[in-house]
Amino acid sequence: MLSAPILVSAIVNGLLTGSIYALVALGLTLIYGVLHIINFAHGALLSAALFAAFFAYQKAGIDPYLAVLVLAPAFFGLGYALQRLVIGPAARGEERAMLLVTLGMAVLIENALLYAFRADTRTIDLPYAFKSVDLVFTFVAVPRLISFAVVFVVALVLWLIMTRTDTGKAIRAVAKERLGAELSGINVTHIYAMTFGLGTACVAIAACLLIPTYYVNPSAGNAFVLIAFTIVVLGGMGSVPGALIGGLVIGVVESLGGFFFGESLGQAGIFLIFIAVLLVRPRGLFGASA
Amino acid sequence: MRAYLPIVIVVAALAAVPLFVQSNVVLNFLIVALMIALAGQGWNILGGYGGQYSFGHAAFFGTGAYTTAILQVHYEVNAWLGFLAGIAAGAVAGGIIGGLTFRAGLRSSYFALVTLAFAEVLRIFASVAPITGAGVGLLIKLDLHAQAFQFRSRAVFYLIILALVAASLIIAQTLERSRFGAWLVAVRENEDAAMALGVNATAVKVAAMTISGAITAAAGCFYVQYFLFVDAPIGYGAWISIEALLTPIIGGAGTVFGALIGALAVKSIGEGAKFLTGDIPGLDLMTFGAVLVLVIAFAPRGLAGALMDGRDWLARRFVPLRKPAEGTTHG
Amino acid sequence: MADPLLSVEGVSRGFGGLMAVNGASLSASARRITALIGPNGAGKTTLFSLISGFLKPSAGRVIYDGTDVTGEPPYRLARRGVARTFQIVQPFAGLSVRDNILVGAHLRHRGRGAAQAAAEAVGQEVGLGHLLHRPANSLTVAGRKRLELARALATEPKLLLLDEVLAGLNPSEINEIVPIIRGLSARGIAIVMIEHVMQAVMSLAEQVFVLAEGRVIAQGSPAQVAADARVVEAYLGHGAAAKLGGVDVL
Repeated sequence: MLSAPILVSAIVNGLLTGSIYALVALGLTLIYGVLHIINFAHGALLSAALFAAFFAYQKAGIDPYLAVLVLAPAFFGLGYALQRLVIGPAARGEERAMLLVTLGMAVLIENALLYAFRADTRTIDLPYAFKSVDLVFTFVAVPRLISFAVVFVVALVLWLIMTRTDTGKAIRAVAKERLGAELSGINVTHIYAMTFGLGTACVAIAACLLIPTYYVNPSAGNAFVLIAFTIVVLGGMGSVPGALIGGLVIGVVESLGGFFFGESLGQAGIFLIFIAVLLVRPRGLFGASA
Repeated sequence: MRAYLPIVIVVAALAAVPLFVQSNVVLNFLIVALMIALAGQGWNILGGYGGQYSFGHAAFFGTGAYTTAILQVHYEVNAWLGFLAGIAAGAVAGGIIGGLTFRAGLRSSYFALVTLAFAEVLRIFASVAPITGAGVGLLIKLDLHAQAFQFRSRAVFYLIILALVAASLIIAQTLERSRFGAWLVAVRENEDAAMALGVNATAVKVAAMTISGAITAAAGCFYVQYFLFVDAPIGYGAWISIEALLTPIIGGAGTVFGALIGALAVKSIGEGAKFLTGDIPGLDLMTFGAVLVLVIAFAPRGLAGALMDGRDWLARRFVPLRKPAEGTTHG
Repeated sequence: MADPLLSVEGVSRGFGGLMAVNGASLSASARRITALIGPNGAGKTTLFSLISGFLKPSAGRVIYDGTDVTGEPPYRLARRGVARTFQIVQPFAGLSVRDNILVGAHLRHRGRGAAQAAAEAVGQEVGLGHLLHRPANSLTVAGRKRLELARALATEPKLLLLDEVLAGLNPSEINEIVPIIRGLSARGIAIVMIEHVMQAVMSLAEQVFVLAEGRVIAQGSPAQVAADARVVEAYLGHGAAAKLGGVDVL
């Protein structure tokens, strides 16, 4: 039934889920904007982060919202190391090679998770996961509200890093004009690794936000990340506002689409949008030319 | 004609294998390896020779598999005709996806992404549509007669897949020596320069994708005849997109034998890993991911490339340097 | 005099608000060498891209061999006989010199044998005969320029657009290539060359067009253009002609 409260509820939930999509997309677009590669390993890294958050709660009893404080820096380090030690050296700057290396990493990480932890889907049971807040028009689960707030904070922090710190300015310089940045003394290898690290940290934070209401298995990240790819392409590769706005839009589209057409077709619908955008306007709403 | 001699030798040698090997385990291994080699050769035409990296070749494998399965199960079409129809469907799919993506000017990462999306969309549809058996998949009725393309003896399946692989090797060799092949490689190396020399790059890429789709679809059709079953994760799953890409890259992209070498190497590695640590899900693909990264890092031209480099290195060590020609001041 | 083979009429093309080429016109005839000169950033390479189909003009026409070919894709223009080299040489790096030229030869020869023979002949003609089997990326700069020329020649063009084919060559290398270019013109090919090497422009060109800020500001014989005050200003800045008192600096 198309009653207003239900519609509003779908939209609000879409916005809240969309905020997490936006966070994942943010990491992806940051990496593309600076390194000019599409990080095919993004999904596998999200799966790894989900497992990390899961075990943090399961084995050590750490609440996911606290686990963020450990996992974000840890995954930052992981991302930094991956770019500096594996992807950068293996690809030697060639675009085709980078495609294959990130694909190889994706396959390696996802299947390593499969090998280590099997394919069973797991979830955690947070005591307050189902508490709701009454927002006049609709009820909203507490974790979702927290996610929205956290994403907002992360976006703000990233903006501060980019505009106020030297590293952030260096990152923007490399994104704009790599050769010039290099000639003015910026260590591009280090900046690439820092950016990859930041993108991976975004993914880790998203995982912690997701885990109260989402599931964990080796391919969970991929399902999520194909949507992130769609957002990044829609919003424009390398555009931060594009990723944020696109994330919210797609979240709402998915929520309404799933509502009207059922979940599977909702997903297929998103990929069809994705294909359509790539064919018709690859630079998306805010991005530079493909 | 002399150029085809290596193919004749290799195929003849492989054809002799059933004379010496009766073990079903070994034959099964070789059959699957050859099937992957066929799928990989399809990828090789577009990716190796053409330089367009598709991350969604499952789209063609699954289309071939489902076409022949649907025709046999729902319309009682003869299996051999179904096989041909599957190959044709693969070609059409290649033409459509290629036409859409290359006309839109998609290159490199964007092309990879869009092929990935196409494969995913097909997988989702196949997992819910009634005609493809939805979540259950399609089962071909057991009917061990030649006219149903089913055989009691594995050796016959082996020879059939070998014949298909041989055809794909001949196609690659013919391509290499043809004008189309020269154009395709030029597009890979530098599309703008190729266009300035009269190459209709878009048409060449679409044609390559059509051929590529047909070859990989043939592998899908064979899968259905050999295993008598297909469902969405098998037909359109990431596993075949990865293996079709991996085998020519490891074996040597853009070479005639690269996919075959790569398939034998990759499958051997997979079996070796299982032998060492047990048949745990994820092991083989995990190994493949690692191998892909290592190959790109240390042997970007694949095994065939490494062999050629080795041969050049040996030639340089043992053949004395020739004196430069007289009067050469420029080069 | 016969109609020019190439007639570019008032073509324009902008990028994001900046007009790279603004109503430029030029012409070229068979058996003549036409030079296109101008300061850096004048829009010369963009003009070549507009003529050869890599860019569509927003205004104006390109008439070739009596036909309006404005906006046709590069491969079709190549088939009509328009060949173009690139300022930054782009060999097919993974292929041998001969196989590079082969791609061009295949435009006119379907069979591999015939195309290979044609490629080898062109290779000899430009002086790469002894390097045919070397990998293209092992060539020196001069070699790569010759290869760029050879590839274009293999398509048997009637109009040859050379974009700074002499850039990066030392004087002796230039002296070796100039006669080759002259020979091509004598064969009947219409040649348009973008050049900064003035000695070559003066000795080779029969007709010169000067492009500055997207517009043709002068045209004529080399001597006429060299004496034109506007040309001096375009290269050396406003007021330079007056300061130099009309001395022939080109």
